[in-house]
Amino acid sequence: MFIVKYIKDVWGAIASLATGMKRTLYYFTHHKEIITQEYPDNRDSLVMAERFKGEVVMPHDEKNEHRCTGCTACELACPNGTIKVITKFDISPEGKKKKAIDKLVYHLELCTMCNLCVEACPSDAIKMAQTFEHSVYDRKQLTKILNHPGSKIMEGVE
Amino acid sequence: MYRQTEIIKEAVPGSNGETGEFTINVGPQHPATHGVLHLVITLSGETIKKVEPHLGYIHRSIEKMCESLTYRQFIYVTSRMDYLSSHINNHACALCVEKGMQIEVPPRARVIRVLMDELTRIASHELWWGAMAMDLGAFTPFFHAFRERESINDIMEETCGARLTMNYMVPGGVMQDIHPNFQKRVKEFIRLYKRKIDEYDELVTGNIIFQNRMKGVGVLTPEDAVSYGCSGPVTRGSGVSSDIRKLYPYEIYDKLEFDEVLETGGDSFARYLVRIREMQQSIRIIEQLIDQIPEGDFQAKTKAVLKLPKGEFYTRVETARGELGVYIVSEGGTTPYRIKFRSPGFSNLSVLDHIARGSKIGDLVAMMGTLDLVIPDIDR
Repeated sequence: MFIVKYIKDVWGAIASLATGMKRTLYYFTHHKEIITQEYPDNRDSLVMAERFKGEVVMPHDEKNEHRCTGCTACELACPNGTIKVITKFDISPEGKKKKAIDKLVYHLELCTMCNLCVEACPSDAIKMAQTFEHSVYDRKQLTKILNHPGSKIMEGVE
Repeated sequence: MYRQTEIIKEAVPGSNGETGEFTINVGPQHPATHGVLHLVITLSGETIKKVEPHLGYIHRSIEKMCESLTYRQFIYVTSRMDYLSSHINNHACALCVEKGMQIEVPPRARVIRVLMDELTRIASHELWWGAMAMDLGAFTPFFHAFRERESINDIMEETCGARLTMNYMVPGGVMQDIHPNFQKRVKEFIRLYKRKIDEYDELVTGNIIFQNRMKGVGVLTPEDAVSYGCSGPVTRGSGVSSDIRKLYPYEIYDKLEFDEVLETGGDSFARYLVRIREMQQSIRIIEQLIDQIPEGDFQAKTKAVLKLPKGEFYTRVETARGELGVYIVSEGGTTPYRIKFRSPGFSNLSVLDHIARGSKIGDLVAMMGTLDLVIPDIDR
């Protein structure tokens, strides 16, 4: 019976359409169920999760001191060659040579935010920051030196 | 090859199956292929004679890259294979390294891993469901699916620090302990999800237009599913039991209560139902575990430099798409000598030519959608 099946199909299609429209009307009248975030406008109130892996940073305290000993554990742990530790030798007041970092070069453009460097660091010198808007006009700006100029290692960190 | 002759002769009267053929390209850039898949389709009228997938557009030689990375480092690369179930890929690699090193994983880490796996599976099936409905012309389900997926992504972001490529599994456990809010957020998600799952059936599963486009389309017999090496929901839609979690239990799956979802239809609608019901089984697993996370370490104490003993190691896990096997050949050094991934997507794609022959070109999208292809997983 072709005609019966045809009418059944048409009726089924109308019923399906009505079910869908019912759902649409439900959301049309229930504004609280809408979860859309208007991103560029809500930038000020946007809170990222505290563990969000945005980029590697090196925290400095108010005396411009960091905790990095220059052990290159992060450089060895990195799968992409993102981090390059350039070390120098400081002469302590007693005349002893002491290894310290000159520059910790970080290539943000190569980084995949895998967190392996932060895990590998024995002195908690680096951590992940919650920034995520990394677009710049020139790729040279993505190569960063993590230690601030003139900074030195914190007392007591070996 | 029985289909090639009879059906085509029937569809094109007067043709002997040779005349009137033409070839069209679907992809590499096509909205329905979900990636850079290139299908060369030979048509006779509206009837598909042959589907020939051309691969390699997103080949990144992940297997070769892994050979130059240490056993801690190579895990992150595997997130980029099947990016929708990246957790489960990482899990498979971590399991293989642990098998070689004979590391005992603490019970807390095992439970966290399984919880994360099942959340990933739900997120992956959600995305598939939305994209599948969108391919067949329903646009709203895509937003509905992404709304629920967003809550999972938020949970992942809070605990793992990333939304898609988490790199949360390390050999010996997980990278960080779960966030204090984790249990509360997951329970909230389950409450929300149970309220919304009826909407899915109401909007799509029960829709007569959707059913007519799926039923009887792309029929895969159990014998073919086995002989083509399919796995995951594709085989289970044909009634072949293939759940690695049941057949070769890893972690704590042997202690959990869940059903292996089986459908006997073998068509696109059966594969669709398998995935929908699998999401409910994942919810069931999460409900069993979320209050039962044991106390203790989240990571076993391992050496700073991992060295696998000389030999060959193979583990397999059930990803959202099927069986993922990781095969490591070690020469005793810090890096693997050879790594091979047996990805589910490649075998599932190979069956597309078989099930598409003889059907209409309009049904190709329905078949491709229910195979749930992720192209970076196929190419690697």
